[in-house]
Amino acid sequence: MSSVSEDPDSGIPPAEVPDLPPPHAHGWWSRWVFSQDAKYIALQYSGTAIAIGMVALVLSWLIRMQLGFPGVFDFISAEAYYQFITMHGMIMVVYLLTAIFLGGFGNYLIPLMVGARDMVFPFVNMLSFWMYFAAVVVLVASFFAPGGPTGAGWTLYPPQAILSGTPGGTGWGIVLMLVSLILFIIGFTMGGLNYAVTVLQARTRGMTLMRMPLTIWGIFTATVMALLAFPALFVAAVMMLFDRLLGTSFFMPALVEMGQQLSYGGGSPIVFQHLFWFFGHPEVYIVALPAFGIVSDLIAVHARKNIFGYRMMVWAIVIIGALSFIVWAHHMYVSGMHPYFGFFFATTTLIIAVPTALKVYNWILTLWRGDIHLTLPMLFALGFIVTFLNGGLTGLFLGNVVVDVPLSDTMFVVAHFHMVMGVAPIMVIFGAIYHWFPLISGRMLSHRLGLIHFWVTFIGAYAIFFPMHYVGLVGVPRRYPDISASFVPDSVATLNAFISVAALTVGAAQILFLFNFAWSLRYGRKAEPNPWRAASLEWQTPEMPPRHGNWGKELPVVYRWAYEYSVPGASRDFIAQDDPGHPASWSHVP
Amino acid sequence: MSIVLGFVALVAIVALTWLWKQGVADRPWLETGAVTRIPSPGGQPTGRAGLGIFLIVAGGLFALSGSAVSMRMGYADWFEMRLPGVVWIGLALLVLSSLALQAASFAARRGDARGLARWLGAGTVAMAGFLMAQGLAWVRLAESGQSLAATPGASFFYLISGLHVLHVLGGLAALARVAARHGRGPAVAAPAIGLCAIYWHFLLIVWIAMLAILTGWAADAAALCRAILS
Repeated sequence: MSSVSEDPDSGIPPAEVPDLPPPHAHGWWSRWVFSQDAKYIALQYSGTAIAIGMVALVLSWLIRMQLGFPGVFDFISAEAYYQFITMHGMIMVVYLLTAIFLGGFGNYLIPLMVGARDMVFPFVNMLSFWMYFAAVVVLVASFFAPGGPTGAGWTLYPPQAILSGTPGGTGWGIVLMLVSLILFIIGFTMGGLNYAVTVLQARTRGMTLMRMPLTIWGIFTATVMALLAFPALFVAAVMMLFDRLLGTSFFMPALVEMGQQLSYGGGSPIVFQHLFWFFGHPEVYIVALPAFGIVSDLIAVHARKNIFGYRMMVWAIVIIGALSFIVWAHHMYVSGMHPYFGFFFATTTLIIAVPTALKVYNWILTLWRGDIHLTLPMLFALGFIVTFLNGGLTGLFLGNVVVDVPLSDTMFVVAHFHMVMGVAPIMVIFGAIYHWFPLISGRMLSHRLGLIHFWVTFIGAYAIFFPMHYVGLVGVPRRYPDISASFVPDSVATLNAFISVAALTVGAAQILFLFNFAWSLRYGRKAEPNPWRAASLEWQTPEMPPRHGNWGKELPVVYRWAYEYSVPGASRDFIAQDDPGHPASWSHVP
Repeated sequence: MSIVLGFVALVAIVALTWLWKQGVADRPWLETGAVTRIPSPGGQPTGRAGLGIFLIVAGGLFALSGSAVSMRMGYADWFEMRLPGVVWIGLALLVLSSLALQAASFAARRGDARGLARWLGAGTVAMAGFLMAQGLAWVRLAESGQSLAATPGASFFYLISGLHVLHVLGGLAALARVAARHGRGPAVAAPAIGLCAIYWHFLLIVWIAMLAILTGWAADAAALCRAILS
């Protein structure tokens, strides 16, 4: 037990960081457009991310239409198909998932959950969003550029990414993609500095690191990882831009294209792969760790139980974050690397499964004999756990070199990563939106529409990705635009059609969610303050939704951790973090 | 990738030590009451913490660039480039600029307004000199046939020195903002000048490390260490 004051009245120290008022808006522009309020920036981030995410959703429909019914849709040429898969992947991984977890949830929740008035550098925070917005605009512009967007695959592997055989390779597509990524990374760095320093410096009195909700631990660790990992993509993007525009040969070997010797020579595509995956693998956890944190909080609140093994959960987040920097080359087993490297990276990959499995056990043990309320956030959290487990298990297959080599570049890999980093984090995003929507809007989302949304999404996602594993096991390669019956057995063609119908249905269910969101914003049932009876600080603001500055006149003082649920002897089934109450039953706890 | 792995390991050690000091072994489910203090990281002010994290990001960027060079060096067509002499004059100016900023920081803390103005001026002039030296180095390289796309070494030199110059320009912009506060007295400007001095030292250390990698000295030193150890 750490040294804390037993008497809450005498134990409140003066604040170490002065309580400065956050910058106030002086007009329409600074209030509604260039706002410096983290909550508003969070909504700007989320709105932009969801809007561009809808583009990715439509692209996935087009991809599935082509795969399920090859040759039926004339407008989907091979070039267009490559452009669709590239933009779908890049948008989902970078512009939706990273942006919404860190820019959206990070901005909204960090100041509220640690008891701060706002982010520590509000102006830089505002710039961060506008850089992100510019990155999205440049990305969208590539759809309208001559030659269309790049079709290099979301990994943008050279040399093909900047050759004429790839859509957008010698036109504007790849240039706009790289510029957009560079803008995104600069914007993220500005935001990331804010998230990290706010957690470090602006915690209110009593909020020790080990009293922070796991959501904040997840977002904080993911931010630090992203700050270390994104520079790798930045360097790779700048170097490729040099290769494409200025004729350098960082990644370009000597090449003969269409019978013509190109001016490139000596460069190494493998260097790009190292840089890309040094970013790319931590990126999986940059998305997963905030999801881990959020799901822990959803489970604790909606099962009315303290999180099992909080300390282990924190350590697991940090250990996963650290280990994720030494597993990147498991994406490169077929790049011709030294077998001992494969052995090393397979070992580290299997080791990282240990803290991850520990988290899954702890979620299940938190649920064990809990007072489980099957609310929408809880349903999505449960959906996350099983999906993440499924996706994680196939990850163990792919982490082993001998199994990975035959499965490499098949639909099995596509099914694996969609389960683990597509469906699973998106389950958490939905769960989190259903959970925090009352805090943001003061209204509840429709439960009935939510149930339809959940079940169609959950069952539909399995209808899409579970059979896809079998398609991969048969040997169907990914990134082939035309998988017609002459190329694959009839059973696979039928399965592909089934998957496509499921995908179109799941996509349509998301439109139902958007309708629910828009309808409830205006007509939803008014939420009472703290409708989920949560103990964490964001629900204890003087007003709900919280106003500018979050906390009224006085910053809150924190007396306990965020998981005080079903405490024996307490008058309610939760004790808020800022509640100085001292339950009688507490005194005999060692 | 060994350079960037070494960098990440360094960051991890610092982060884990810090976390340990912050009480990550506490059992929050057993405690109640407000803690007596919120430990901030070494009692650092917010700006200092922000700069520290930015330096980790920028350090990572250069470590990754260095890693890319070292990977590329392993290929048969790599040859060590001869850098023009003006690069070393630039380095000397960077050292002077760094020293001047440190002196300015000391002057600000002493409350010596004249000393602050003088050292700030000296630091800025030296840094401007460094920028000119870098520009001249690029011209000399191009004149000697080592243009951007000519040789792998030259490509990396332009890329890395370009990234470094961008960081220098960002630093100068920040310094200009700080200098504008100078009128309000050295005591007001002292913390910000201190941060600028730290950033200047970072720019110097990074440039020395990058030169060591680009000239092949770092690889020679690593080979020597390996020979001694084996």
